[in-house]
Amino acid sequence: MNVLAKILLSLLLFATAGWAAAADQLVAVDGPLGPRLDIGKGGQCVEDPKFMRSNHMRLIIHQRDETVRKGIRGSKYSLTNCVDCHASKVNHSVLGSNQNFCQGCHTYAAVKIDCFECHSSKPREFRKASNLAVENLK
Amino acid sequence: MQHKTFAQIESRYFYALTALGALIAGAGMYAAYYIEEHGHVVTGMNNHIVWGLPHVFAIFMIVAASGVLNVASVGSVFGKHVYKARAPLAGLLSIALLAGGLTVLMLDLGRPDHVIVAATHYNPTSVFAWNVLLYSGLFATVALYLWTMMEKRMNPWSKPAGLLVFAWRIILTTGTGLIFAFLVARQAYASAVLPPMFIVLSFAWGLAVFLIVQSVMFSWNELELNPAIQKRLKNLLGIFIVGALYFVAAYHLTNLYFARQTAFEHFILLNGGIYPWLFWGGYVLLGSALPLLLIFHPALGKTRCVLAASALVILGAFALLYVFIIGGQAFPLEIFSGYEVISSSFGDGQIASYAPSLPEILLGGGGLGIAFLITTVGVRALNFLPHDDPKAVQQD
Amino acid sequence: MSDVNQERRQFLTKGSALAAGIAIAPGMLLFDFAQARPAGEPASSAVRWGMLIDTTKCESGCDDCVTACRTENGWPEPKTATDVQWMRKVELKQVATGRHVNLPMMCQHCAEPPCVDVCPTGASFKRADGIVLVDKHRCIGCRYCMMACPYEARSFVHEPVLDHDSDMPRGQGTVESCTLCVNRVDRGEQPACVEACTKNGHRALVFGDLNDPNSEIYLRIRSVTSTQLRADLGLNPGISFVGL
Repeated sequence: MNVLAKILLSLLLFATAGWAAAADQLVAVDGPLGPRLDIGKGGQCVEDPKFMRSNHMRLIIHQRDETVRKGIRGSKYSLTNCVDCHASKVNHSVLGSNQNFCQGCHTYAAVKIDCFECHSSKPREFRKASNLAVENLK
Repeated sequence: MQHKTFAQIESRYFYALTALGALIAGAGMYAAYYIEEHGHVVTGMNNHIVWGLPHVFAIFMIVAASGVLNVASVGSVFGKHVYKARAPLAGLLSIALLAGGLTVLMLDLGRPDHVIVAATHYNPTSVFAWNVLLYSGLFATVALYLWTMMEKRMNPWSKPAGLLVFAWRIILTTGTGLIFAFLVARQAYASAVLPPMFIVLSFAWGLAVFLIVQSVMFSWNELELNPAIQKRLKNLLGIFIVGALYFVAAYHLTNLYFARQTAFEHFILLNGGIYPWLFWGGYVLLGSALPLLLIFHPALGKTRCVLAASALVILGAFALLYVFIIGGQAFPLEIFSGYEVISSSFGDGQIASYAPSLPEILLGGGGLGIAFLITTVGVRALNFLPHDDPKAVQQD
Repeated sequence: MSDVNQERRQFLTKGSALAAGIAIAPGMLLFDFAQARPAGEPASSAVRWGMLIDTTKCESGCDDCVTACRTENGWPEPKTATDVQWMRKVELKQVATGRHVNLPMMCQHCAEPPCVDVCPTGASFKRADGIVLVDKHRCIGCRYCMMACPYEARSFVHEPVLDHDSDMPRGQGTVESCTLCVNRVDRGEQPACVEACTKNGHRALVFGDLNDPNSEIYLRIRSVTSTQLRADLGLNPGISFVGL
């Protein structure tokens, strides 16, 4: 039991250390008391971060209807684009812990995310099936 | 002194019954949560039998919710006192059954958390969407009707309100029948006889539920039902049973005359395993013939016989709905006319199998629990007991 | 674009050019399938996507199309009646003669889809270009569309989807079916099943615009007898079959 606990603890420490090392830096969002997030690639987003923080859901919901129902493609406001940029470089996902981009902020704001019950939380290049499909083509 | 003791006992009964209802309803809610958590894979439903036991329970309750209003309709539309005295109880039962049925239907959805979408996005060509309006409308019209009956100042309005409820419930049951009647591709369903069949079935099932509840309430209050009223109600049930049999026979006979439907009728009526057993044994024999005997045999037809007949009608209702809903889906669709299926990963051309699982049974039963709970609390809190005026009984 | 794609494109161009040359007056534009719709432009109702399945070229036991569909859209190999099947292989025997026929079955993309009529929320819908889809943002999982479909083409997701590792969003409690690989079509590519069938040399599936008089599918339907499944229902499916 004791041994198991030690192993688990060391694993946990190792994982945390690994995270801290691999993630270039965690970015504080919403002041010092807000969540510290692994923002993935980061850099300039499709809109100003402040605007995105309060309006990203409107952009995505609007775009989802345009794309699914009318077939309008190629907008910069797409969920796949969000994920491609903001997935953590550690676990290649926007979910997983409270430092991951989507999960971290949504946990902090106590808002349930519905998106990833159907959509992939991984960037395009880390989706197995898509890569298989690409390989099949070759 | 003795009266007080009775009240205490009665109160204890009430709490015991409420607890029982809550327990059954609670088990249903837990089952719903379990299904949502694990997916519908924990039910017996699959990609062939897409509607299963929960739908049998739900449709029974929704159809019966319209049927219990018979008594109220006869009272308001034809001004018969005997029936009018029963209208409030009928209204309460209708709301209780509808609430139970809709809860089951809603909790069986794949995404019950998205159910609000049904209100924000409305597809006017969908019978389901019409039914959303019809169901909520029935709640509203029945509530209005109850108000006009139970509030003295509103009494003059109870006749028009009763007419509104009468029209609404007929349209509602038509809508329930249309859910199936519009399914063009399925042998079991695409038939214009289904809406009227459901209306007559609702008459029988609703009256059976009403008679059971009424006799429980009378015996609880140590009252004896006037034999004249008893006779009238049981004869009405008998007529409804015969009417329902007529429509069910018409439905199967028309199918038998269509060459493309004969294979399906063979399956349902003869060689389909459990389905012919349930149809002939469950619906025809136990659910129709035996109740008719209990009602019309000169030596029978007493209170107990009517109670037994009512219970059998409900049993027959479940058997018929099981055959209609699940048997109707189990028979393979005719997709490739003139061809026989040799192999298919999806089981094309094969009889689909279905075995209800415990969560489904609990979910369906939970709906009944909710209806029971609403009824028990309702009759305790408000005055729903039919008060018969002996003189008026003579007059009608 | 890979080499195979180029090769296929050349084949299609040449084949349809030849057919066009024979069938209609010379001087018409060459058939060019691979045209991605520009960004920001909605699907057009001038187009109606469809597929022609030549059952005489569809082999018994071959399921290249189904495998390609699974890989592309990320649905697991079906084992039980609760598992989803966007596409299935069916082998038939003509009752009168005993002749065997093989074909893939999937959503027939009806012009008058019953699934769309019955859906209470409008989740089931037909896109302007004739592709019938489920908008899972609106699907409440009532399965009425599955009851209404004459082809049993739709599946309900009975279990949680754990690895969302394809471009096609899928989730527990919603209904799904063949999308004609809508995101590939919008990129100007062919559906995965058609591509696999052609690549493996069977050439049993032809995909294209049923409204375009220069398209290969239009010319084929014009020149050979084809049938739609359950044509008696008058739903006018976008999928038709040769040799059935």
